[in-house]
Amino acid sequence: MTAMTLTTTAVAPARSRFNPKHALVLAKRNVIKSMRTPEQFMDVTLQPIIFLGLFTYIFGGALAGGSQHSYLEFLLPGMLGQTIAMSSIAIGQNLHADIDKGVFDRFRSLPIARAMPLIGAVMAEFIRYTLVFVVTVGFGYVIGFRIGTDPLKVLGAFALCIAFALAFAWVSVFVGMTVRSAGAVQGIMFLFIFPLSFGSNVFVQPKTMPGWLQAFVNVNPMSHMVSAVRGLMLGGPVGTQVLWTLAWCAGLLVVFFPLALRGYIRRA
Amino acid sequence: MTDLAIEAIGLTKSFGETKALTGVDLSARKGTVLGVLGPNGAGKTTAVRILATLLRADSGKARVNGYDVRAQADKVRQSIGLTGQFASVDDDLTGMENLVMIGQLLDLTAKAAKARAAELLEWFDLTEAGRKRAKNYSGGMRRRLDLAASLVGRPPVIFLDEPTTGLDPAKREDMWDVVRSLVSDGSTVLLTTQYLEEADALADEITVIDHGAVIAHDTPHGLKRVVGGQRLTVHPIDPARYDDLMAVLSGITAVDGHAPETNGRGSVTVRVAGDDVLPDVVAKLRAASIAVDELSLHLPSLDEVFFTLTGTRSHDSLAFQEVSA
Repeated sequence: MTAMTLTTTAVAPARSRFNPKHALVLAKRNVIKSMRTPEQFMDVTLQPIIFLGLFTYIFGGALAGGSQHSYLEFLLPGMLGQTIAMSSIAIGQNLHADIDKGVFDRFRSLPIARAMPLIGAVMAEFIRYTLVFVVTVGFGYVIGFRIGTDPLKVLGAFALCIAFALAFAWVSVFVGMTVRSAGAVQGIMFLFIFPLSFGSNVFVQPKTMPGWLQAFVNVNPMSHMVSAVRGLMLGGPVGTQVLWTLAWCAGLLVVFFPLALRGYIRRA
Repeated sequence: MTDLAIEAIGLTKSFGETKALTGVDLSARKGTVLGVLGPNGAGKTTAVRILATLLRADSGKARVNGYDVRAQADKVRQSIGLTGQFASVDDDLTGMENLVMIGQLLDLTAKAAKARAAELLEWFDLTEAGRKRAKNYSGGMRRRLDLAASLVGRPPVIFLDEPTTGLDPAKREDMWDVVRSLVSDGSTVLLTTQYLEEADALADEITVIDHGAVIAHDTPHGLKRVVGGQRLTVHPIDPARYDDLMAVLSGITAVDGHAPETNGRGSVTVRVAGDDVLPDVVAKLRAASIAVDELSLHLPSLDEVFFTLTGTRSHDSLAFQEVSA
């Protein structure tokens, strides 16, 4: 037998080259997969329509002093926040199911950065969140919602929604990497999403809430995002709220991206 | 620079209480095939996963294509192709889309990735199927696509984890031809298998592992010599001629004093030194007018290999044989 010479070379652990093109290639994979199972788009198409309709016509009259129209104006930006949060559940579930399949081992054996398959999957969510925005605003228009600002601000609102959505998606990715069954992703995500979407200014003005709850509403990222989008779509000052929303996006990324990546590497 | 494409020393790995590897050494010279032979659960897949940088060994060192699997994982990943029970393709993508995606992840341009994908699909006779989603492929097509996917980057080192398990014999021969042509192009192949026949057909050297440890390392020739060459199995049509048959066989074929073995179906199996005894056996059977409906020469089964090497029957391989019987 050949004498084996395994010298302990003091080489720094090689970091795989981080090439943004790899993320695009992997995002394309996810887009092709979703296009082939269009029923996956239900939660970003039918769901916002049903929720917007239900809340406007059932609660609108009671909540906004009889005016369903003024409630719709108030609710629609909030509905964007709520739907984005709900739609994030899917990526955690899908990745959880996907990761046990052989193709992820193939990815791990390729000279690409470890995080790339996750980043690609989150990038592909852009399409779903664009649908959320288009469908919600489009259906809102049909039932009487009118934008009170200019197209540039609407584009700003869209960009802010996408930024918030792509940051929030990492919470779901983290949960998906950590739990033991895909079904558990939904249960755990609800624990995040319900306090965030109801303990906020999504459905009602927080004026009538008890003080401690108002304190929560005021720091809730969902409230900041919804306030900013309201300003961008209906008019009014937006600067501070946009900054708060972006700060929250950065915060979510800084915390949940490394956690998700760690969970992913541990699952390997 | 060493002439070893794969070298591992003292790999250990535990999953909780389970010791998957308890100190495995492996080595394969460049341009050769290393067969890693063992039953289910022996640790073959764990060893491959460590060499392919998918798992970290608890201790031990390994180099692939001259790069340390731990410190130079990215270099290793640039050097390997991986196919098997685990590394696979995406069911929801077509064969073409799968191969193009991998090409692009290996930094080929879109055009080059498509050209390489088309070339591989043609080589593996999948040009037609390349337009269909992988979930609709048959078992054999699926294996070929898996293998094609691991060859996109023309890797110098290729890991094949049980590439023929579950394939029918004709498809198995096709796969063997592919492995041979890879090696003739200069690649190094590490192949895990449960079949001595497969290791014998392909490997330059064979490492036998069981319960996470190497129990033998030899050339196929050397290993066969240790386990007693080939086996001759004879089944008499008339069970009453059993004793006569035993007399004929024990007279001419016993090797190293191993007595003939009988199985429950009335077949007799003896060790023989080589296939040159066959005419002699046929002549003696005819002289004794013993009619037989089975007369076969074959390599020892994995179970017999283990019995010879360790003196104990491997539970796993016994279970495996019962399932496949």
